[in-house]
Amino acid sequence: MANKIRVATTSLAGCFGCHMSFLDLDERLLALAEVAEFDRSPITDIEHCGPCDIGLIEGGVCNSENVHVLREFRKNCKILVAVGACAINGGLPALRNPISLEDCLLEAYRDGIGVENAQIPSDPELPLLLDKVHPIHEVVKIDYFLPGCPPSADVFWAFLTALLEGRDPTLPYELVHYD
Amino acid sequence: MKNFIQTVLAEADYQPVRLLQILRAVQSYYQYIPPEAIDYLAEGLKIPRSHIIAVAEFYSFFHLTPQGRYEILISDSITDRILGKDSLMDYLSTVLKVPVGQVRSDGLVSLNNTSCTGICDQGPAGLVNGYPLTRLDRPKADEIATLIDQEKPLAEWPAYLFAVADNIRKAGLLLEQPIANGAGLSAGFARGIQATLGEIDRSGLRGRGGAGFKTAMKWKFCAEEKSDKHYVVCNADEGEPGTFKDRVLLNSYADQVFEGMTLCGAIIGAEQGFLYLRGEYLYLKDKLQAILQLRRDTGLLGKNILNQGLNFDIEICLGAGAYICGEESALIESLEGKPGIPRNRPPYPVTQGYLNKPTVVNNVETFLAATAIVVNGGEWFAKVGTDKSAGSKILSISGDCALPGIYEYPFGTPISLILHDCGAEDVLGVQVGGPSGTFISNQELDRKLAFEDLATGGSFIVFNKSRSITGIVQNFMHFFAHESCGFCTPCRVGTSLLSNQLDKIVDGHGSAGDVVELEALCQLVKNHSHCGLGQTAANPILTTLQRYPDAYESRLKDISYEPGFDLDGALDVARRMAHRDDAAAHLTQVED
Amino acid sequence: MSKTINIDGQNIPFSEGQTIIEAATAAGVYIPHLCHKPGYTPHGSCKLCTVNVNGRNCSACTFPAAEGQTVINNSEELRHDRMRITQMLFVEGNHLCPSCEKSGNCQLQGVAYHLNMLDNHFPHFYPLREVDASHPDILIDHNRCIFCTLCVRASREKDGKSVFDISGRGIHKHLIINSPSGKLKDTNIDVNDCAAHVCPTGAILIKRTGYQVPIGQRIYDHHQISEVALNEEGGAGSLPAAALPPSLEVAGQGSLPAAALTPSLEGAGHGK
Ligand SMILES: Cc1cc2nc3c(=O)[nH]c(=O)nc-3n(C[C@H](O)[C@H](O)[C@H](O)COP(=O)(O)O)c2cc1C
Ligand code: SF4
Ligand code: SF4
Ligand code: SF4
Ligand code: FES
Repeated sequence: MANKIRVATTSLAGCFGCHMSFLDLDERLLALAEVAEFDRSPITDIEHCGPCDIGLIEGGVCNSENVHVLREFRKNCKILVAVGACAINGGLPALRNPISLEDCLLEAYRDGIGVENAQIPSDPELPLLLDKVHPIHEVVKIDYFLPGCPPSADVFWAFLTALLEGRDPTLPYELVHYD
Repeated sequence: MKNFIQTVLAEADYQPVRLLQILRAVQSYYQYIPPEAIDYLAEGLKIPRSHIIAVAEFYSFFHLTPQGRYEILISDSITDRILGKDSLMDYLSTVLKVPVGQVRSDGLVSLNNTSCTGICDQGPAGLVNGYPLTRLDRPKADEIATLIDQEKPLAEWPAYLFAVADNIRKAGLLLEQPIANGAGLSAGFARGIQATLGEIDRSGLRGRGGAGFKTAMKWKFCAEEKSDKHYVVCNADEGEPGTFKDRVLLNSYADQVFEGMTLCGAIIGAEQGFLYLRGEYLYLKDKLQAILQLRRDTGLLGKNILNQGLNFDIEICLGAGAYICGEESALIESLEGKPGIPRNRPPYPVTQGYLNKPTVVNNVETFLAATAIVVNGGEWFAKVGTDKSAGSKILSISGDCALPGIYEYPFGTPISLILHDCGAEDVLGVQVGGPSGTFISNQELDRKLAFEDLATGGSFIVFNKSRSITGIVQNFMHFFAHESCGFCTPCRVGTSLLSNQLDKIVDGHGSAGDVVELEALCQLVKNHSHCGLGQTAANPILTTLQRYPDAYESRLKDISYEPGFDLDGALDVARRMAHRDDAAAHLTQVED
Repeated sequence: MSKTINIDGQNIPFSEGQTIIEAATAAGVYIPHLCHKPGYTPHGSCKLCTVNVNGRNCSACTFPAAEGQTVINNSEELRHDRMRITQMLFVEGNHLCPSCEKSGNCQLQGVAYHLNMLDNHFPHFYPLREVDASHPDILIDHNRCIFCTLCVRASREKDGKSVFDISGRGIHKHLIINSPSGKLKDTNIDVNDCAAHVCPTGAILIKRTGYQVPIGQRIYDHHQISEVALNEEGGAGSLPAAALPPSLEVAGQGSLPAAALTPSLEGAGHGK
């Protein structure tokens, strides 16, 4: 089908829980597959995001790589959606925010119980951590927010069907949850 | 310590309402409020210790950790900055060998910023242990550093360091003809108390503190309230940056102010008055106490005033560094020994004020004018000014002008004339009414001083074309965020958000959406805040955004979205700890 | 004839001395609120209850009802502004609902759901705040305090104690505890005190009671705070708990035939 919409998804500082919840669409995924196809996503093997209609971002921004991926999505997706608590407000990874990064690193790699061969990783292949975990809207413009930890499959369904039908994707009370 | 606290408590008559005075005494003795002192005070005053901590943490001049034995605070008002405060502060920090915001390791000296100290006409100004230092410069800083290193008591410091001049540049209706002591009371008694209120009504006098409520009406409402006690409060909190006229009135016209309070007491049936003096004006306290004593000794205050059977006395209460205490209901809370948090209204102070009794709160200048009106008659006052704004207004003029100081003008005077008189050149604009007022541009100088056009509690700050609009606004927004009492959500959170959002734009990290967002936030804070502070806190942004959109837009990045924080800066710690500086260890702020 | 005020076109009776929110609640009209609780001295700090009275914004929980008032409570403008105020409360503290025992039963969250708040909008402050787990039965998590003073008032007015106070100024406001150590264990609070149960958020929690109600059965899982509040806070229009309607059927699960899905995305996004 020529005019299928293209959807890309990724997980930044998240736990893949939002992706799992998306898969909970179960047989509705088949209905979705009739009209949509996937670009870069953990469920495809595409490495870089090409031009897309919708980008779904799970997770907040905790390191430099997250910034690059997020920018790639913003550049390529007409509509960029923050999916889940971590993307929206940092979520559980943001529990580290009140603690200084220096203390976090020292605890994890030098002073913590059971640390052997203590050293801070310095391989240039590794992305560096930001001093705080940030919601994604603090780095790029976000068009829609789907709250939940994770948002239920019904949230994805309500949102995507509304978008596809050209309706304003508002969420009814039952679908707004922060946990 | 126990003995010292007992003495302080005894002096305050063990009254919890005097908590501020008590804490002032403790703070000045120990340079902080020690935990054991809190225990003794809680026991002696029979109040929860958390209440004492709440008060101590509300007011800027109280500390729960020790400050230097010489505590130096430098005024961070925009007017002090114009006079070179920033470089002076750096210099002080060097010669005193202490970073700003810290106590030197030997505990001898601490250095910090403070909100406008009300010495804008002779800055850069500051306070040492609560006493004003004026016209600070490098030689004075050197001298102060030496005095401190020699541990010289303040009493032995040269007087010129502390000299505060009146700088009355233009006297008008009120300042030209001071009223002789007792003349107001005699005239009032001769005319009769009811007729005296009528005279004030005829004068059209409106409050000089900013809001402009009709004075006679306020006194009448209060007088009509049935109660065993009524109170008169003179609001000398004068915290609006750029205002210092009450300082001069209390230094040189205090008798006339006290007489106005006494007349008000006679009219509303009060036997007790309070002068709520901002903490920064501590240096005036002894002088004012002496004046009050002299008035008692000469039958103008106390029992049976002028043998007319009137009893009325005045107590001086000092604030402790909180702009919000200028708001009348916050002031009353503060007088009651609590944090200065504005009350819910209604009820208004005229029905339930101090200790929930009917209370009149008026500005210093309002009482000064009332005395003159009682002597000279309502008509004398009403014929000056405009229809809606009778009489004259006393201005505190500072900023970019040759002759800063006190000026008195009839209402209706155009701004251009005022600027001419004070020697302002190359004017960019004028902040009329302080940060909570209006910024007018040099295209609006034919506007007039009047409640119906440009109202002001007295602040009049001139800026020349070398000043940056956004720099001025940043200073004001930091002031509001610092002074928000934190009671209500829109102002507590909103003033900090505004201040951060403005910094983001001014620091060159804003995109078009950020200005839209800034304006929306301004409206939210303005429309939903609990009191005048929050309701006016966005004015600096709103009034300049309207007049100088370019000042903001020129700062914006030519992109539609800019991250809310410094991306590369956020990698600093990780870079340092991983000993990396390769290309992948950096981020650009916006995508190339 | 009894006196009335008009709220969103509806005439509502009031008696002298009632606030707008009291009159509204009694008549079954919900006005969002957090720092207000019937039976407690009105406080007026959260500003969620802002209504427009004859053209002026007022706090419904403190403003007295008076003859001739035309009140706007239900408008898109007010919903939006109330949502922004709620968002301020979220970014000012650290509200990570998925890890909060109060989730599902939290009034702050409930109000946010009611206002259809989908994100926190403002930059987060991520303040450093403490947890006080010193007391054997009660936990204080300062990260979630919204300074509504309900615990302060409960302790004073209902329990006859003075366990809590609010201290500091501006954005540095914080809850303090009345004991020499500043810890809850050194106060005379009891787990049965009103102050231990009044907190609208997860800032004061009773230990060993968390997560007992399964998801789906928590207070705000299926019932809007408007319904719950009217029900709890009384009034003519309120229903007994049992009468609350069962939850709405969740839209979804095949409710849309796949054929109905035609891509029509033009202009739907706000671009970048
Ligand atoms: C934040 C704020 C600060 C204020 N500061 C002062 C002040 O320093 N002096 C003053 O007289 N009025 C001040 N006011 C106005 C007072 O609330 C009150 O209106 C005034 O003292 C009444 O006196 P008047 O009628 O003589 O003007 C302030 C108001 C607000 C909202
Ligand atoms: S507007 Fe600001 S100063 Fe006034 S009560 Fe609210 S927080 Fe306090
Ligand atoms: S207190 Fe309420 S809003 Fe805050 S984290 Fe807990 S559930 Fe969420
Ligand atoms: S602890 Fe709870 S009840 Fe107490 S002020 Fe904070 S939010 Fe309100
Ligand atoms: S409920 Fe009215 S201000 Fe909080």
